[in-house]
Amino acid sequence: MIQTVQRFNLLARLLHWTMAALILTMAFVGIGMVSTLSPKYHQLLSLHKSVGSLILVLVAVRLVNRLLNPPPPLPLDLPGWQQFLATGSHVILYALMFALPLVGWSMLSAGGYPIVVFGAIHLPPLLPHNAPVFALLRTTHTVLALLLFATFLGHLGAALFHALIRRDDVLKSMV
Amino acid sequence: MSTQPTIDLLKQNPGRVIFIGAVLAAAICAFAYTGGFFSPHRISANRLVDAIEVSGGGAHEGFRRAHAKGICVAGTFLASAEAKTLSRAAVFSGDVVPVTGRFAEATPDPFTNDTTTAPVRSMALRLQPPHADEWRTGMNDTPGLHVSTPQAFYENVVASTPDPGTGKPDPARMQAYLDRHPETVAFLARLKARPFSSGFANDSYNSVNGFIFVSGDGKRRLVRWTMQAEDPFSTLSPEDRAARSANYEFDDLLARVARGPIKWQLIAILATPGDPNKATEVWPEDRQKVALGELTIAHVESETRGNCQDVNYDPLVLPSGIDPSDDPIPYARSAAYSTSFRRRAGETKPPSAVANQSAGTGP
Repeated sequence: MIQTVQRFNLLARLLHWTMAALILTMAFVGIGMVSTLSPKYHQLLSLHKSVGSLILVLVAVRLVNRLLNPPPPLPLDLPGWQQFLATGSHVILYALMFALPLVGWSMLSAGGYPIVVFGAIHLPPLLPHNAPVFALLRTTHTVLALLLFATFLGHLGAALFHALIRRDDVLKSMV
Repeated sequence: MSTQPTIDLLKQNPGRVIFIGAVLAAAICAFAYTGGFFSPHRISANRLVDAIEVSGGGAHEGFRRAHAKGICVAGTFLASAEAKTLSRAAVFSGDVVPVTGRFAEATPDPFTNDTTTAPVRSMALRLQPPHADEWRTGMNDTPGLHVSTPQAFYENVVASTPDPGTGKPDPARMQAYLDRHPETVAFLARLKARPFSSGFANDSYNSVNGFIFVSGDGKRRLVRWTMQAEDPFSTLSPEDRAARSANYEFDDLLARVARGPIKWQLIAILATPGDPNKATEVWPEDRQKVALGELTIAHVESETRGNCQDVNYDPLVLPSGIDPSDDPIPYARSAAYSTSFRRRAGETKPPSAVANQSAGTGP
């Protein structure tokens, strides 16, 4: 009997791998830029803002695509607790993919900074200038970023578990 | 596909389990490495600001970690016709540009006594042309800077930190720093030889760092600038200064603006090819100068929520038409100011030394 793998649609797969690369880049750019006083600080910060704005656009497209094209179901024999972890981590990933750029944008607004992405595009402030709000959002940005990196590691580990140990079709559905 | 319990699957594939663990561990290590966790010599903004706090006897909650004692100002800038030939920045278009800013003394102590504090003043400005790129700049009244790299800045802060036993910097430590940094020795000699103006209003302020002005036709020039006081220069004798009050510099500024607006000429200094783009090197006097316009400060008020107190005068908030150069200091300032701003923005700030004061017209 030949089993055909049910896959995510092409747009979903393209967005998944593009955003995986962008989000991983953002994590490393983010931790790198706050650890240096060198000219890299400014270059990485500019890159971080631009890529962040791109991720916000892409995740919106991705959510709409997912709602219009429901993903393939998880393996029927997957234990309930793993079904729960899978669903929960995907909700967290989507929430953070929206939250991090929005918190970043709001934080810069509250800090009173001009927000320029890709060298020329000026974004309007999302919030009025307010220093205590800036401080709160700045800390929130770091906490959420570490949470996203941790969730990403869980996602990567789970993908490898499906591919290498369970040897089911979960990873295949995304390639 | 397998219907076995997960724990059995893991037990049957020890090599693959280890492989997955190794992949995840490698990702965590790479992340930590990028963050400098394995690079103890790397100076982050947090580390530098920590050192500045220690050098000032501990953090002063709510205040800027450097240039802590200050006052807010407001006014306008009007560019000259020549300015736009050097830079296409909107601030030089020739329209009246609203300006807010801050005068300060270069000390980590927000309650320092003006009669004894180090003779270094700063002027920070935020020029905001309507519907166009703003420009932020922080200038010092010094002939250049004492260091030309962030590393040297950090070393100087550490060497200047008072010894807990004596309450004064360790002379041997400071001498060891100076032996390694003749550029700081030269700066201190220039600073000592410089006549110190009697106040903020008749002082002139220098960009200290080099920036690139980009003209409308794309020509890029390395420039520094000076905000040249129009008020006549005068100095206080050491005896007269010692006899003044603890906030005399700020009281004088308030009294001066109450009599009428205070003006400065913004002057660009153009580098000649080969001029060192290092903050410790003062360019020769004969360099071409271009008058960029006039700054008018008409209002002075104490720091409070919502005015200059909540602004980070990040020297890399630059308009299209002004770019950073290869001078490394502004990048480090940008990173360090951001950390200082982040810390103080989340703290409760007591009233500034000069509180509830206001003079002049508007804004």
